[in-house]
Amino acid sequence: MKMNQMIFPLVFTLAAALATTGCKHKPPMVTPIPGSLPPIVGNDAGGNTLNQGGTLGDTGGTGVNTQQGGGPLPNDWTPDMMNQDRAALAAYTIHFSFDSAAIQGGEQMNLSAVASALSANQSDKLLIEGNCDERGTEEYNRALGERRALAAREALARAGVSPDRIRTISYGKDKPADPGHDNAAWAKNRRDDFILLHPKP
Amino acid sequence: MKKIILNIAIVGLAAFAFTTARAQEINIDTTIKVMGQTKPIPVALSGFTGEAAEVLKFDLTVQGFSFVAPEAAQYLINGTGAGNVTGSVTDKFAKKVVLSRTYNGAGTRRLAHAFADDIVEAVTGKKGIGQTKIAFKAQPTGYGAGEIYVADFDGHNAKAITTDNAIVAKPAWAPGKLALYYTSYARGNPDIYYHDLTTGRRRLVAGYSGLNTSAAVSPDGSKIAMVLSKSGSDNIWTCNADGTGLKRITSGVEDSSPCWSPDGQWICFATKQNNNDRRRLAKVAAGGGAVHYLNTTGTPNPTEPDWSPDGKWIAFTSQMRDFNICVMPADGSRPPTLLVTGQAPSWAPNSRTLVYNHALGYREVLSVLDVFTKQYKDCARAAGSNSQPAWAK
Repeated sequence: MKMNQMIFPLVFTLAAALATTGCKHKPPMVTPIPGSLPPIVGNDAGGNTLNQGGTLGDTGGTGVNTQQGGGPLPNDWTPDMMNQDRAALAAYTIHFSFDSAAIQGGEQMNLSAVASALSANQSDKLLIEGNCDERGTEEYNRALGERRALAAREALARAGVSPDRIRTISYGKDKPADPGHDNAAWAKNRRDDFILLHPKP
Repeated sequence: MKKIILNIAIVGLAAFAFTTARAQEINIDTTIKVMGQTKPIPVALSGFTGEAAEVLKFDLTVQGFSFVAPEAAQYLINGTGAGNVTGSVTDKFAKKVVLSRTYNGAGTRRLAHAFADDIVEAVTGKKGIGQTKIAFKAQPTGYGAGEIYVADFDGHNAKAITTDNAIVAKPAWAPGKLALYYTSYARGNPDIYYHDLTTGRRRLVAGYSGLNTSAAVSPDGSKIAMVLSKSGSDNIWTCNADGTGLKRITSGVEDSSPCWSPDGQWICFATKQNNNDRRRLAKVAAGGGAVHYLNTTGTPNPTEPDWSPDGKWIAFTSQMRDFNICVMPADGSRPPTLLVTGQAPSWAPNSRTLVYNHALGYREVLSVLDVFTKQYKDCARAAGSNSQPAWAK
């Protein structure tokens, strides 16, 4: 235990040093996310203490996208307004290094394929699902998954896809591709899945 | 007091020695003494059996008492938990009875918790935590969908307060109310809800595009701090309790895990100065402004800060190979102390006990820790993996 406490800071320092030398110093590219989810309000269940939550309806409530705060939010669509096609882009899932949201050089082919699919049909949209391995705290991983999805969105925007057509969601470590607990499983789980969204007929 | 000062002096010297010698060598046994009392209060228990004895041992252990033979004890706790709970506490040194009372009108557990609270108050002058509540998330398979639960602080009487079978995260109590904020993917996106546990009524507080999570409620209940990615990066935002008045507070890199100072003036969170920086803890005025970095020397990857209700301490998670619960003085005057393996600490109202989760195999279980004596107990478990506990205050 004591050994670990002494070694791990060293390992982290080394890893950090490697990461520093291996990285280009680029400011993070940031594009506001368009769209909003429909507001909801819970049902009044009434009764005694510790009531379970009511059904989640579709109307009322505050705290959804409006003009208040944040960047411009020009569009107004959500993935559930579209038909989700998980198969179309399943071959182009991209993977990440440990604790990193940087797009790896080898993933450019996959991103190009996703960009091509989107340019082939302008009425299609895209949902990017960011995921993490099980290491890291839950909330940290939830944010890391979002950063991974946002990084792919940014890369696709640079490849000419309008960011207004892309939505992101992070599942943190809650949706592993492989529920194992070893390096092979973790490598598979640090990923962005691309879900093509077709207009509902 | 003398002892505390002496301990601080020793630790100060020790810290200096370690800094000059080798910075990463932390002597846990020495630095723990920074926090004052380290020796538990020795008590002897007699007459109680079964559930009543179990409750008394749990409650008192995590509030700085230890159970010893009568001859080694300062206080003798005697009584019976059959039917009603009747108990007395005798101070052996002062040779007087400091508490003698009978409890009725509820189940044995509840009555024993009430007796434990009176013992704590009679001996220490501080309010006990035996009848407080926690909220947490439980996942049957260890990942993916789960529910938010509310339970006694020791994990007993757990009840699911959601039935969405969706991914949930990070419950946070509305201060002084039977109401929670939490994240749920029930609509397919991570959104923050307000849930009134008295009526069951739920309301969406933050359902913006992208990530809405990590709700933290200001001490007066009027504001929520949270993590949103609607701007295209994950940052700390605040809004009013009803979701109106949205305001972006930070624009750093990887801003996460906000919590409030008990005076409501500050929001503490984890962040990086830039992409190549180490992660640090920082604080920012609740209305936004300059970011002040905190002294987390010797504890890599600090996240999940929680500010003690008395304002003195910040507990947080440090990730080395494992997760560790650490505590540091909120004024940054001394580097943190590493306590136990675990993550997601949340302070009890008494500002000395923490609830947190730690791995047991591939599941997480909740434990309750007395920071000043490092004594801890595992909570009773709800379905599957239990994590992200929040102590009602």
